[in-house]
Amino acid sequence: MMGLAKVFGILLVLVILAALLTWVERRLLGLWQDRYGPNRVGPAGLLQVVADMIKILFKEDWVPPFSDRLGFILAPAIVMASLLVAFAAIPITPDIDIWPMNGIGLLFILAMISLSVYSTVLGGWASNNKYSLVGALRAVAQMLSYEVFLGLSLLGVVLQAQSFDLRQIVAAQAGLWFVVPQFLGFVVFMTAGIAAIHRLPFDLPEAESELTAGFHTEYSSMKFGIFFIGEYVGIVLVSAMLATLFFGGWLGPVLPPLLWFLTKTGAFIAFFILLRAALPRPRYDQLMAFGWKLLLPLALLNLMVTAAILLAT
Amino acid sequence: MTVAFYLAAAVAVLATVQVVASTNAVHALLSLIVSLLAVAVVFYVLGAPFAAALEAIVYAGAIMVLFAFVVMMLNLGAAATLEERAWLGPRVWLGPGFLSAVLLGLLVFLLRTAGGPASGGVVAPQPVGAALFGPYVLAVELASMLLLAGLVAAFHLGR
Repeated sequence: MMGLAKVFGILLVLVILAALLTWVERRLLGLWQDRYGPNRVGPAGLLQVVADMIKILFKEDWVPPFSDRLGFILAPAIVMASLLVAFAAIPITPDIDIWPMNGIGLLFILAMISLSVYSTVLGGWASNNKYSLVGALRAVAQMLSYEVFLGLSLLGVVLQAQSFDLRQIVAAQAGLWFVVPQFLGFVVFMTAGIAAIHRLPFDLPEAESELTAGFHTEYSSMKFGIFFIGEYVGIVLVSAMLATLFFGGWLGPVLPPLLWFLTKTGAFIAFFILLRAALPRPRYDQLMAFGWKLLLPLALLNLMVTAAILLAT
Repeated sequence: MTVAFYLAAAVAVLATVQVVASTNAVHALLSLIVSLLAVAVVFYVLGAPFAAALEAIVYAGAIMVLFAFVVMMLNLGAAATLEERAWLGPRVWLGPGFLSAVLLGLLVFLLRTAGGPASGGVVAPQPVGAALFGPYVLAVELASMLLLAGLVAAFHLGR
């Protein structure tokens, strides 16, 4: 009974948080770009989320007759389902978590992130639209490239904690957060994480200036809405992972564990929004070269040095 | 856990049949992904969480994405589906069906003679790694050489 309550509680909080982030993002972007952002509906524009929701739900839910119906309908569900399920392995506080997965929690999250790419691929292909297909192809190449060191960059953390279990990883950070000894891994993971959820500045699969909207060009109404919210769930997931793996999760003095976790995660979410406000989108070949020629060697170097030091001591 | 095993196994078998019988290449691919994920669940239930995670990450998450990449590039449309349907007549099923039936018979026979299920508890990731780089290091190195050859060939062709 307690378990069910946790599952539905975490799911509910996540979906509401993701919806709220649409407003938070626009307000913060406004702040950093020296303008207001949505501030008309409700206190500080907070009800903008409700207004958007009503609007998007009442739009025509169009499935193009030239599309592959099964793939078109399935695609938005995949990103939402895979990213939400990944939270099952994240320990929020010592009391609030769902399932430790027999000690492979970290691998489970990586698996779910890698499955989420089918959403973009399938959506882009099923739309039967050239822009969408190019977006889907980019998504595949980007995901396959960045997934390699998304996992590799975390192996330093795993080596130091001696476990794939996220609880033990947090417990191993009681003395010193892993961001200090694993700084290189942290930087590589954060970059790869942004690329894996194709968030600006790495949103090449949807690059609106060249591909209209990329893989979700043909989507409307709530199907588009799910892609949109799914991206925010991805941001929350990567932020929560960064907080758990490198910043000690719920650990921290004075304040209760839940507050520490939320503060750390929130800080990363805000940082991701700041990145969007500050950085332009790279060219596609630059993105690939950056990944394979810089980040992959860095991740390997980090792994080798960590392993060597651990073996020597 | 036994219920979970049989459910996942049934999903795997049905999805794999779907892979063979489907006339739409992308739908067949989707069924294959479902089948691989079901096999991952089977591994997990049998007490091999590390193998399950690798199955999901490497097969379902990476190799199948490459397959999807290629199939999407082929631009198969409704014409290809009709062609596949024409090819997949009852006569085509005979030969492979017979061979599979022989294998199934062998499998049932071996399972009946082998005794009960081998449940040795949960195998953690560490022993798996130790075994791979201990007694099985030669196989790992051979596999990596094969992959290296593929990589060099791909680089040469793509130049």
